[in-house]
Amino acid sequence: MSQLYLLLLVVPLLLSWPLGLAMARLIEPDEASGYGLWTSGIFRKIGGAPVIEEQDWKRYLLSMMVFNVVMFAFVTIILALQQWLPLNPDAKGPLEASLIFNTAASFVTNTNLQHYSGEVSMSYFSQLFGLMWLQFVSAGTGIACLAALARALGGKQTVGNYYRDLLRITFFILLPLSLFVALLLLAGGVPMTLDGAIVAHTLEGATQTIARGPVAAMVAIKQLGTNGGGFFGGNSAHPFENPSFFTNIVECVTLVLLPMAVVWMFGRITGRMRDAVVIFSVMMALLLLKSAAAIWFESAPAAALSGFPVDITPNLEGKELRFGSGAGAFWAALTTATSNGSVNCMHDSLNPLTGLVPLAGMWMNVVFGGVGVGLINMFIFIVVGVFICGMMVGRTPEYFGRKVETREMTLALLALLVHPALILGGTALFAATPAGAATVLNNGAHGFTEILYEFTSAAANNGSGFEGLADNTVPWNIATGVVMLLGRYIPVILPLAIASSLASKQPVPKTAGTLRTDTLLFGLIILGSVVFIGALLFLPVAVLGPVADHLTAINH
Amino acid sequence: MTTILSFRELTRQCWVSLRLLPLTVLICSLLYTLVILMAARVIPGSSSGSLVRAENGEVIGSTLLAQQFTRPEYFWPRPSAVSWNASGSGGSNLSPASLVMRQRTEKLLAALSPKKGEKVPADLVTASGSGLDPHISIDAAIFQVPRVARARGISCDQVMSVINNPASGTTTIPVLNESLVNVLQLNRLLDRLQK
Repeated sequence: MSQLYLLLLVVPLLLSWPLGLAMARLIEPDEASGYGLWTSGIFRKIGGAPVIEEQDWKRYLLSMMVFNVVMFAFVTIILALQQWLPLNPDAKGPLEASLIFNTAASFVTNTNLQHYSGEVSMSYFSQLFGLMWLQFVSAGTGIACLAALARALGGKQTVGNYYRDLLRITFFILLPLSLFVALLLLAGGVPMTLDGAIVAHTLEGATQTIARGPVAAMVAIKQLGTNGGGFFGGNSAHPFENPSFFTNIVECVTLVLLPMAVVWMFGRITGRMRDAVVIFSVMMALLLLKSAAAIWFESAPAAALSGFPVDITPNLEGKELRFGSGAGAFWAALTTATSNGSVNCMHDSLNPLTGLVPLAGMWMNVVFGGVGVGLINMFIFIVVGVFICGMMVGRTPEYFGRKVETREMTLALLALLVHPALILGGTALFAATPAGAATVLNNGAHGFTEILYEFTSAAANNGSGFEGLADNTVPWNIATGVVMLLGRYIPVILPLAIASSLASKQPVPKTAGTLRTDTLLFGLIILGSVVFIGALLFLPVAVLGPVADHLTAINH
Repeated sequence: MTTILSFRELTRQCWVSLRLLPLTVLICSLLYTLVILMAARVIPGSSSGSLVRAENGEVIGSTLLAQQFTRPEYFWPRPSAVSWNASGSGGSNLSPASLVMRQRTEKLLAALSPKKGEKVPADLVTASGSGLDPHISIDAAIFQVPRVARARGISCDQVMSVINNPASGTTTIPVLNESLVNVLQLNRLLDRLQK
């Protein structure tokens, strides 16, 4: 079994290398080349001069924010009007206002937290033209921001052009990849139809209404773009989103492919491939650790079955059989490492300690992370690591040949603290008030974990959930909506400000005393700062939630 | 240097964003979907939901989805937290360490009524993630053979031979070598052989 899952990490690793290099070329081509001239020409024709002019980091972020506001507004309108729009064969009705806000915020921020169930609430038009469209452009936005960060770290004063980056990424990277994956899924049995639900008359004479839809198209970009918002409530546990062992393999590989590839893209754009190798290795080590821990913890049987005349097997509650044993836990590790948030088993029904693995992944949020933004988060830990090392040897710390000083450190610490503040603040508020306490399905420590998981997932822009939570309420919709927005934009804006502040400094000549950031030793330092600074902040809530849940469960 | 937050700059950026909006929507949503819909026409069966039809053409279910079976002469699928609702999927979301799940297990075991000393395969007492898992393990099928045989008035060997018939939707997961049976296909085959 372990060989299978090891292979499922090696395959995307091997694919990510050429893909990452190709992505760097597609995003930042030789502007005089055929592709460069052609794309710039077309984009200019459609969008005007602002689409191709070079931008400094502030203007780049302004363009990003403006386009994101437009994304938000457009999808809010589509969702609000869905009952009057076409492609609604099952006559889905209007959506509640706070749910519209939450859903729009969720998909604009690449989170895909879903407080609705797709087959119950959404028309095909909302799914395709609202949510799936956002799955493309929000993923494109994440990768574009990483490209801008890489250019700044490469020492450039201008960081490219947001619109041009976004269009190149969306049309020439995400679209062809999604098309390919959608065709694979189609061949694997995933439905793709605009026909509405069909009523079946079962063998026992009852009726079963079978919801269908254009599933293959959405699942492909959902997996590739670290989106995770599925067509159905059951996400990739639903047989229509993930019909077989084969499609599960395809979806596992596509889940980690782009988050891995963007590390190589970053290395190519900054011109520091050795640094990329170090960063990649740290992420890979953490991913291996997470996957192994999840599969190990989940191989224990469900505690609730002990004492009954039931075969001893790994915990099967919330799992699908066709993916094979271990598949649910492995996916849980991948989807929370990469900020994807899709699921192929129900995380609420994971063994208590297994539930700690996805939580830890989202607390760190740098184990490859969301496309683009994962590495941007990692950059903060690198800056902190560089700073700590500099303090230890008594030298002004530097990164990529530029001095890291007070301004950069202030911003880095701010960026570092946003994540725990959102998670712990939100959890405290909702655990202490009926707004959260009255909405949990399970009692005690497990119920606390449901609240903790929801805020963690929102702040990490992950989107998976402990779905027992009755989260489609006005307080939950507004609170997690706001957390998702803050958790998306602050951790993108601050790192870009740091990188640009670094870029504006005189390069320091390299000497024998310079801390090299492309070595195994520095890899260990990054690993240390992620684990000790990133994860340990959450140790108290880990004990209150999953650990307490585990310890009390044994005593049945 | 002009400040970037000037009114003029903002309107300029908004104008650009609004011009790119229809372009990206048309390509990412319309064109992309149309291409895949065209490709789906090559395999109309699975792209419309792998529907199973009776001889008269009436839809009786989907090979990918479990449906409810409660009568003793049929094999039963895994428990479903949503009562096999194929237009509202979901799991139980119960903690596997919870008292509620223990109570549910008691009820399920009462219905399955294992003989003394007999162990029930775990997939028959755990709800699937989607509530629509179409499979049970081969062990779960074998466990149900005596009940099905008795209810149908045939021998256990006859029922076993139906399970071993390739048309019952038996699959083996590669690498892991776990054997599964598709409950709807198995029950349908049973019905057809007895007609």
